[in-house]
Amino acid sequence: MNSTVTLTIDNQTVTVEKGKTILDAAMQIGIDIPHLCKDDRLTPTGACRLCLVEVEGRPKLQTSCSTPAEPGMVVHSETPEIRKLRKTVLELTIAEHRLSCTTCDKDGDCLLQDYAYRYHINEHKYPSLEHKVTTMNYTAREKAFVYDPSKCIRCGRCVKICAEVQGIHAITFMKRSYEVMVTTGFNEPLKTTVCETCGQCVGTCPTGALYPKAAKQKGRAKDLEKIRTTCVYCGVGCQLDLNISRKTGELVMVSTEPGSIPNDGNTCVKGRFGYDFVHSPKRLTKPLIKEQGKFREAEWDEALDLVARRFTELRSEFGPHALAGFTSARATNEENYVIQKFVRSAMGTNNIDHCARLCHASTVTGLARAFGSGAMTNSIKEIKQAEVIFVIGSNTTENHPVIGITIRQAADSGSSTVIVADPRKISLTSNAAIHLQHRPGTDTALINAMIHVILEEGLEDRGFIEERTEGFDEMAETLASHTPEFAEKICGVPAEDIRRAARIFAGAETASIIYSMGITQHTTGTDNVLALANLALLTGNVGKMNAGVNPLRGQNNVQGACDMGGLPDVYSGYQKVADPSAREKFSRAWGVELPEEPGLTVVEIMNQASEGTMKGLLIVGENPMLSDPDITHVEQGLRNLDFLVVQDLFLTETAELADVVLPAASFAEKEGTFTNTERRVQRVRKAVTAPGEARLDWEIICDLSRRMGYDMHYASAEEIMEEIAFLTPIYGGIFYDRLEKVGLQWPCRDRNHPGTPYLHKDRFSRPNGKGKFHPVTYIQPREMPDEEYPLILTTGRMLQHWHTGTMTRKSIVLDDLVPHGALELHPEDAEARGIVRGDTVAVSSRRGMIHVPVNITEKVRKGTVFMAFHFHEHPANALTIAALDPIAKIPEFKACAVKVESFAEKE
Amino acid sequence: MPKRNYVLVCGGTGCESSKADQIFRNLKIACTEQGITDEVQVVKTGCFGFCEQGPIVKVLPDETFYVKVTPEDAEEIITEHLVKGRKVSRLEYDTKGSTKNAKVDDIQFYQKQFRIVLRNCGVIDPENIDEYIARDGYAAVEKVLFEMSPDDVIQELKKAQLRGRGGAGFPTWLKWSFTKDVEESEKYVVCNADEGDPGAYMDRSTLEGDPHSILEAMTIAGRTCGASRGYIYIRAEYPLAIKRLKIAMQQAREYGLLGDNILGSDFSFDIEIRLGAGAFVCGEETALLASIEGERGMPRPRPPFPAVKGVWNKPTVINNVETWANIPVIILKGGDWFSKIGTEDSKGTKVFALTGKISNSGLVEVPMGTTLREIIYDIGGGIANGKKFKAVQTGGPSGGVITADYLDTPIDYGTLTSLGSMMGSGGMIIMDEDDCIVDVTKFYLGFSVEESCGKCSPCRIGGRSLYNILDRITKGEGEMADIGKMKDIGLAMKKASLCGLGQTAPNPILSTLNYFEDEYLAHIKDKRCPAGTCKELISFHILADKCIGCTACARKCPTGAITGERRQVHRIDPDLCIKCGVCLETCKFDAVFVR
Repeated sequence: MNSTVTLTIDNQTVTVEKGKTILDAAMQIGIDIPHLCKDDRLTPTGACRLCLVEVEGRPKLQTSCSTPAEPGMVVHSETPEIRKLRKTVLELTIAEHRLSCTTCDKDGDCLLQDYAYRYHINEHKYPSLEHKVTTMNYTAREKAFVYDPSKCIRCGRCVKICAEVQGIHAITFMKRSYEVMVTTGFNEPLKTTVCETCGQCVGTCPTGALYPKAAKQKGRAKDLEKIRTTCVYCGVGCQLDLNISRKTGELVMVSTEPGSIPNDGNTCVKGRFGYDFVHSPKRLTKPLIKEQGKFREAEWDEALDLVARRFTELRSEFGPHALAGFTSARATNEENYVIQKFVRSAMGTNNIDHCARLCHASTVTGLARAFGSGAMTNSIKEIKQAEVIFVIGSNTTENHPVIGITIRQAADSGSSTVIVADPRKISLTSNAAIHLQHRPGTDTALINAMIHVILEEGLEDRGFIEERTEGFDEMAETLASHTPEFAEKICGVPAEDIRRAARIFAGAETASIIYSMGITQHTTGTDNVLALANLALLTGNVGKMNAGVNPLRGQNNVQGACDMGGLPDVYSGYQKVADPSAREKFSRAWGVELPEEPGLTVVEIMNQASEGTMKGLLIVGENPMLSDPDITHVEQGLRNLDFLVVQDLFLTETAELADVVLPAASFAEKEGTFTNTERRVQRVRKAVTAPGEARLDWEIICDLSRRMGYDMHYASAEEIMEEIAFLTPIYGGIFYDRLEKVGLQWPCRDRNHPGTPYLHKDRFSRPNGKGKFHPVTYIQPREMPDEEYPLILTTGRMLQHWHTGTMTRKSIVLDDLVPHGALELHPEDAEARGIVRGDTVAVSSRRGMIHVPVNITEKVRKGTVFMAFHFHEHPANALTIAALDPIAKIPEFKACAVKVESFAEKE
Repeated sequence: MPKRNYVLVCGGTGCESSKADQIFRNLKIACTEQGITDEVQVVKTGCFGFCEQGPIVKVLPDETFYVKVTPEDAEEIITEHLVKGRKVSRLEYDTKGSTKNAKVDDIQFYQKQFRIVLRNCGVIDPENIDEYIARDGYAAVEKVLFEMSPDDVIQELKKAQLRGRGGAGFPTWLKWSFTKDVEESEKYVVCNADEGDPGAYMDRSTLEGDPHSILEAMTIAGRTCGASRGYIYIRAEYPLAIKRLKIAMQQAREYGLLGDNILGSDFSFDIEIRLGAGAFVCGEETALLASIEGERGMPRPRPPFPAVKGVWNKPTVINNVETWANIPVIILKGGDWFSKIGTEDSKGTKVFALTGKISNSGLVEVPMGTTLREIIYDIGGGIANGKKFKAVQTGGPSGGVITADYLDTPIDYGTLTSLGSMMGSGGMIIMDEDDCIVDVTKFYLGFSVEESCGKCSPCRIGGRSLYNILDRITKGEGEMADIGKMKDIGLAMKKASLCGLGQTAPNPILSTLNYFEDEYLAHIKDKRCPAGTCKELISFHILADKCIGCTACARKCPTGAITGERRQVHRIDPDLCIKCGVCLETCKFDAVFVR
């Protein structure tokens, strides 16, 4: 079948893909047919009527945005008749629009303005039908954005993007005819609706009707310069445009561009409204040195001399392994590379680790064992093309929102069947065909039972198992007893649901597994990952497009921090420290003898600190005082250190404990790259100047390194990437000039390599090229509920905040949306404890106790409670347990035993 | 057992609102009192069409046609006519001398009519499936199930050359064949019963009088196109039609004519009713489909057409009530028979709702090609109250006006369009010399403007702008430039609007500008309303030589604008006068006049 269509537009011949519209075809050859209601992410609306064209042989004019291009079509895009019609339609549109271009923020980036100019319209041809300027509408109480009906042209893009792209349906039109207006259902304030404040509506608005509140009066569109960069929040790696005022040099707002990869112009509430922190007055602007328990400002030379001296002293006194560094999943690849190089070369130890230990260490260990490589096997855009999407232990819409909405879209459009396994009724459960609401920490039992069903019913992919895998028999043998009925007892999920899920999964041509920390943050984290790998191998769902095992990485650059060797056992590109040839290669390149034995992990470093064997620690852009398990223990460890240096944007809970605090530049102030969850290396660009004396992380480290006797010099981040590419095969083809428009997905081995959208195509990256099954048996969480602590606490994140809140808590919009944390408690558990709505409760575990407002909800299952860990006022990690997965050393954030009491009673 | 007599009472909404239900009950009570229930059956039927004369009671077999019956007349009809055999002549239709004791055939209103769509209306009890079956009901579906292939059905429709009666006139066979040819397991059949034109009620009457014909036709379409589900989208303002449809559906299911394995065949089909909330635009097919899906009723761009992507994005045959009502007859009598009726361009009949300043308002079904003159003068009995014909508005608020010059035009889809109007759903509103064309146009446009969904800019803003201009003109604030502006906007709406509502909304303006430009100019230039209806342009005065000072007008005047001593000439204070016209109506001496 012919998949292209050739047609003629204005005497030019154009060939487009079948299914494209006349407008698509016209744009392809540079014919700019005006259009106000079109957004490529939406189904055609046909409301603005500007894109009407004449198609020979059709009696009526056709909207080119909605009419498919057909072979042999002859189109005229701008006959005198059409020009006149367009002019009249524009004059009418202007009659309804409040003509306030002189004071409008959107001046210079407004389609209506552009077309009015282009068609020489007479602004006053028809008497004004302007709507009243009123702020009393559905956005009246919003901090994020405002709706001005007098500038709204009723194109419907906001309503449609909310429904079709975000899948939320928070806004709609009310009334009819000339009175039609955008609002929420029943005209309620937006805050009381399901709105996720993603601001997609603002992003798609072609006029100034929807505009970020904070950006008003901060510069007209024509005064703003857009700097493309990569979002600093989650691992999706949205491409954002930082809009910088040419006059003040300030970041005014964030916008996006449809068509951008990977987010196609979509982003979430944090990406669009969470960037106040860049200009926060609380930013660190001078180095701080602690004297007699108090910080004083210092000059850079003094601070760096002090740090170099103390680290050098400790190294000579206690040996290099008494020193350690935490690199940062927030920092760029280049900085991570420099930091690990510093720790290994200048400090002389492999004690380098970072928060990946706390999120996906088990992914790295598990998938490396099963497939040979611990990263997402597929690309983000492939997810929604899978027939079945199995989401387990990932609250995708909150933690990877832009991936979350693609899953929603796939489910809503019926193109994919979604299975969700999660102890909570997360948002995606409403889009799912089945929700397996299992108890926290029972994932292996659940997955094994699915595998059991698949084997029992002969649904496995025999050909794939034989050709491409090993270890099947050993794995299968251990599963005889893992029946769905057995799993039902452990997981609390009906056996029949497990059977259905297994059949749906195995019956799909392409099935994609999406998981995140619900899988990894367990003492059985590696086992959980291996079980999922087994499921994928068993059904042949890996090594092909749209099907695979897809761990969603948490931090913006956690993938990159791992790739760069911010881990105790590997150099950049997962080249093993223990491998003499790798060590030799790096020794030679770096001109220094490198330590042989792998270093310690995050929790082990903390343990040694509290035991007193770890003496000096450098922490870059991390806040373990909120993010690590059992923070009482963390605090004790950090206080026990001889010397603690923290490099950060803010004086975090961790920085408070430091001896020296070094002010660092934020992502908006630097050049570099982040690697997102789909292994895509993307550019970060400098948009604003760092405040005060804050400096780039890599520059600080280079200065420090020189002072410690190891000379590091780079002229730019680009130069660092050249060294990375030279030493790191999977990054061998990553050069800045190749990243200008779109990032590249590793493995990218040389300059001409196009990057790798999905992994393990013909062979797995294990030495023998085969995928390996691993027998996995169910092991219960380290701490099970008992009489004293009868509930299971599971922790996680939420849409509006990020990790320890250092950035998001400083955002007016985000902190207004969710000003404090809450403990999710099932109504029956609440009733049993006499806890009612609005109460504050005392939650305690064997490690600590906190007071927190309660949210009584059926979102959690009975016996389970949930808390997000963002809030320093009631830190969830005061309760969690530092029990580790024996292989990955990841702590069990997702399950510990707690008790909940009414606060009053406690007093 | 057949009865001696049948007494048919119109049970359409029009007559029901004139107490037809009470008449029906009183007739039954009288029969019981007279002990003649074994001999006489009282039947409540659908609409007779002659609404001007309602409530109507017809007695069979003698075909006595009683008009304007009241509940109090019921007893007399029974005791006199059915017991004693003496017709109640004061209730009989007055043919103005041509015949005494008029039967239906003698009534001019019916003489030029030809009933296909309304064949059972006023004839059968719509709540009794047996009566429908007795009139060949469900024979067509049986034929389709057991004797015809889907292609045969399409062929028959093609031969019939039936065009959609919703207004656009798209060939029905073609629409069906599009849906039939899409390979898709899930398809739908939809009946558009969202009749919304002011004054049009042929769909309502059909559903009230003959609901089974629609169910049967939809089932035929389901079989032909491969659909197993149907929706009837009907406005909630039609409670009687909804009630009768529900009864009909229930009976059809009991008879195995709806539901699984219809008539024992392997074909299953069922229908669901969806209620509209009164938005006119939901009569537009894509808006209707959106509304069925629970979305806001707003049109979507076509293509894709509903025949390919309709309800829930599945292929959907959507036809209007009147179109559906033709289907069983075409199947039974054949496409050739049907295509012999009508004109070259348009086959079959068309039901018109004749209203306005006409003597015989009502529902009339005539063969395509009947002239306007025949409808207005022969069937409609001419203009009411002896006034002069001015124009007829066809196609409802989105149609145009046709003047006296074109009264002899045979009506079909093509001729109406070429006259700048349209068939629409078949509204036909007669205007007389008292109607101000600008004011009437403003009324129609006002309807379309209010009912615009607001989605596309030409309709939303253009309609409103046009209305404002017209409003100014009727207030004497018009300017010459307004004529050009109205033409520009009207053209933009016609050419650029998304759906039929916007595309046709300017029709009244464009056609009246064409035929009655002088009347516009009178308003704009001379600040004068020739028909004397635009309040801002008229003033009331009292003629001194005719006023006898009876004070009647002063007593009736609601604002006290009229002053004058008894037996003295009265005077109207123009500042207080609200131009309600009460004085004009009150004065017996023709002393009040309008300028």
